[in-house]
Amino acid sequence: MSPSPVPANTHRVTRPPGALVIDIAGVTKLYKMGAEIIHALRGVSLEIRRNEYLAIMGPSGSGKSTLMNMLGCLDTPTDGRYMFNGKNVAHMEDDELADIRNREIGFVFQTFNLLPRSTALANVELPLIYAGLPAHARRERAAQTLHDVGLGERMLHKPNELSGGQRQRVAIARALVNSPSIILADEPTGNLDSKTGVEIMALFEQLYEDGNTIIVVTHEEDIARHARRIVRLRDGLIESDAPAV
Amino acid sequence: MKRLIYELSESVRIAFAQIRANKLRSALTALGVIIGIVAVTLMGTAISGIDTGFQNSLNMLGDDILYVQKWPWHDVEDWWNYVGRPPITPELATPLNAIIAQTPNSLLEIAVPVAGRGTTAKFNENKVSNVITFGTSADYSRILNVEIQEGRLFNETEDASGRRVCVLGYDIAEALFQGRSALGQQVLLNDQPFLVIGVLAKQGSFLGLMSFDNQAVVPLEAFRKSFGTRRGAELRVKMKDKNKLEEAREELIGAMRRVRAQLPGERDNFSINEQGAIKAQLDPIKSAIAMAGLFITGLSLFVGAIGIMNITFVSVKERTKEIGTRKALGARRRTILLQFLVEAVSICLIGGVVGLLLTYGMVLGVGAAFPSFPADFSIGLVFLSVAVSVVVGIVSGFAPAWGASRLDPVVALRYE
Repeated sequence: MSPSPVPANTHRVTRPPGALVIDIAGVTKLYKMGAEIIHALRGVSLEIRRNEYLAIMGPSGSGKSTLMNMLGCLDTPTDGRYMFNGKNVAHMEDDELADIRNREIGFVFQTFNLLPRSTALANVELPLIYAGLPAHARRERAAQTLHDVGLGERMLHKPNELSGGQRQRVAIARALVNSPSIILADEPTGNLDSKTGVEIMALFEQLYEDGNTIIVVTHEEDIARHARRIVRLRDGLIESDAPAV
Repeated sequence: MKRLIYELSESVRIAFAQIRANKLRSALTALGVIIGIVAVTLMGTAISGIDTGFQNSLNMLGDDILYVQKWPWHDVEDWWNYVGRPPITPELATPLNAIIAQTPNSLLEIAVPVAGRGTTAKFNENKVSNVITFGTSADYSRILNVEIQEGRLFNETEDASGRRVCVLGYDIAEALFQGRSALGQQVLLNDQPFLVIGVLAKQGSFLGLMSFDNQAVVPLEAFRKSFGTRRGAELRVKMKDKNKLEEAREELIGAMRRVRAQLPGERDNFSINEQGAIKAQLDPIKSAIAMAGLFITGLSLFVGAIGIMNITFVSVKERTKEIGTRKALGARRRTILLQFLVEAVSICLIGGVVGLLLTYGMVLGVGAAFPSFPADFSIGLVFLSVAVSVVVGIVSGFAPAWGASRLDPVVALRYE
């Protein structure tokens, strides 16, 4: 992603931050790798509010992935506090975390992670299935969301019949479909060519302006620059937390 | 509950999509179950068929008839205690019937003397050997447990006068007269001429060994004149109520001891036999064969189950990343568990149903080819094998499905 892809930088909108969504204080995470103990996070504190567009950056080994897993409620901290929308998720059971992920978090993965044998529509319906929505309601909502990301015409195509950019749009629709509190994107343009990457980042910009809260995890400055706030990690600690310029 | 049904129906949908996507693999896995189910149900069919045939055979002996004979029907170690017994003669029937008539509320109805001997029956050029000829009284009609298809049994006058008349078993009449009526014809039994006055309906064979349709029944006097009675005879005693077998047997023993004028303390010098004794003797053998048969065929079902377990493990491994994604999107443990369990059970059920259909076809085929083989395809067998298929699916799918449900989403998502 070499040349800066965002001419929008100059006249972009910044929405006023809303209520506190994520409140992390003094979070640590230890891994045991055989006899060795790895301190992936050494005491991280972070507040993320509604309507924020945040980038989390850091070189590999900085604890970036661990923090993302924690924010996404895929993992729980070894120690520290994690409040999500006022609920303490630090000590939740697997199934409670699954419900939080289902309702509150929309994941966008670097490798899209679509079910290969299912249509775009069926893929987008998936979170609604886990939410227990009846078939007709979820079909309607999934179709509407696909339409919103510009894939209304390709709903019944399977992933291998779609381009990379289209696949990532399906994945974004899937993340949006349950109206989550945050969208959590992990290197969302990592598997895309730069032109498509620009399109996807433009979509994120639009989603942000529509009122979504977005967290992008990346190691690319060009991608991070799209966000309004950049958090940098190094060695399991927050190195800096500042508005994007 | 509603939630569970919803998840189940979604799991079924996912499972069938998965099976469709991996047609060959699913078919091969199901084949293992098909073979297992076919083996087990065929064995079950054969066992229950043999059982039915066995019961039919026993019923030919009459479930309300006690046999008074010199030898018991079970094996004896101390044969010397039996060999010296006086023979049972047809004449014993008269005093025995007198005692039965005198006994108030007797549980016995009547005693009928029957003497028997193997011989050859001839009509013109046609000849049937190993015909069992019974000499008996006109009371035979009261203990006869087969219809008279044509004609009649001999009456008391023919009985008393020793007329040479006979009633033929179905197979003999068929063999000698080949579809024409046997009535009024003269057949030769042991080279003595007998007038055919009746033909018995078809009964089938006893344990596949000896045919009851291979008999000829003649008046006792005529039997005596043509064959002699040196070989002794038996008394067939009809009970009034077959549910009071033990009491009837006790009464009969008492009556026979009086007829034989046996002293108290003396051992019975006759045996009372009935079909239950044969059953009691053969039942353990029968169930041992059934157990062994089901166990051995059950092994093939076990192999099928291992196939299911194997393929479910492979499926879980292959879809580790998918499991991670599903968990990230909010799938709970139970949802993942159900998904793989339903997939395993579905393959088993498909295998079970196909196996059942195959078995049904084979049973029909065998039935058409060998009408005498008592194959028995029951509705119970259908439910049983469907239940077995489901259980096999659950048991063999559980370990891999459990493993899938416990996967750490972080680890699963990183899996390539």
